[in-house]
Amino acid sequence: MVLVKRLVLDVLKPHQPNALEFSQAIAKAGGGYRVCITVLEVDEKTETLQVIVEGDAIDFCAVQSSINGLGGSLHSIDEVEVQGEPQSG
Amino acid sequence: MNLLEQTRFLLRITRTHDIMRRYFVVNGFDGALTMLGLIMGFLVSGATSLSVIINVCLGAAIALGVSGVSSAYVSEAAERKRALGKLENAMITDMSNSAHGEAARGVPLLVALVNGFSPLAISLLILLPLITANAGFALPIQPLKAAVTIALLLIFLLGVFLGSIAGVSWLRSGIQTLLIAILTAALIYLFASF
Repeated sequence: MVLVKRLVLDVLKPHQPNALEFSQAIAKAGGGYRVCITVLEVDEKTETLQVIVEGDAIDFCAVQSSINGLGGSLHSIDEVEVQGEPQSG
Repeated sequence: MNLLEQTRFLLRITRTHDIMRRYFVVNGFDGALTMLGLIMGFLVSGATSLSVIINVCLGAAIALGVSGVSSAYVSEAAERKRALGKLENAMITDMSNSAHGEAARGVPLLVALVNGFSPLAISLLILLPLITANAGFALPIQPLKAAVTIALLLIFLLGVFLGSIAGVSWLRSGIQTLLIAILTAALIYLFASF
């Protein structure tokens, strides 16, 4: 089984909810997630974010659903770090 | 997220706290002045059955409530739909399943309820002495005068509330709204006396 450890996402979102609420909602998508958000660009109605999610086993679908639920739109997955479990025997 | 948290969240992302507060004060003021006007009219007209006064005032209060709910819902639903459309254009995506879509559907209803509840609740508070007296309870002062006193007090409190929002003297703001109510009562008295 391959576990996702780190994701760097390019996300477009409306100004509201703000980056803090956005990061909290993503962190709630799974247990023990660490979320770091950097606002890269601010437009009239939207802002572009770099979202870094770190965890022991990130559920990508839950993260994406959380982003979409808050009105955000995932543009690209810019970086991924995964780890395969050591094979037994 | 529980219902209260979810409601607060939707109000925050649509920034409708201010609109709801404005609707509450504006329509509450409408309700209080309407009741004051009706009761002043009955007061200067002379003896009228208490149940007739209550029915007339209740009719006006219910009409204000229904008018508040329907007018606010229609206008706010249109505004929210427009705002969502603009946001969808900026995001280049359908947002009907997001929190913003949910807010566009739920917030107009909430704003409408506040807009309708405010004049209805204030009117019922003003009518309380009349309803109490009609139910057979003795009041220390005449029911119509007690209702006018409550109306003036509520109008003063609405002014105090506005003053606290604006961060200015609550007393000055309360006296301002009270003066408007007294002027209204004086005008009714003047015209009804001719």
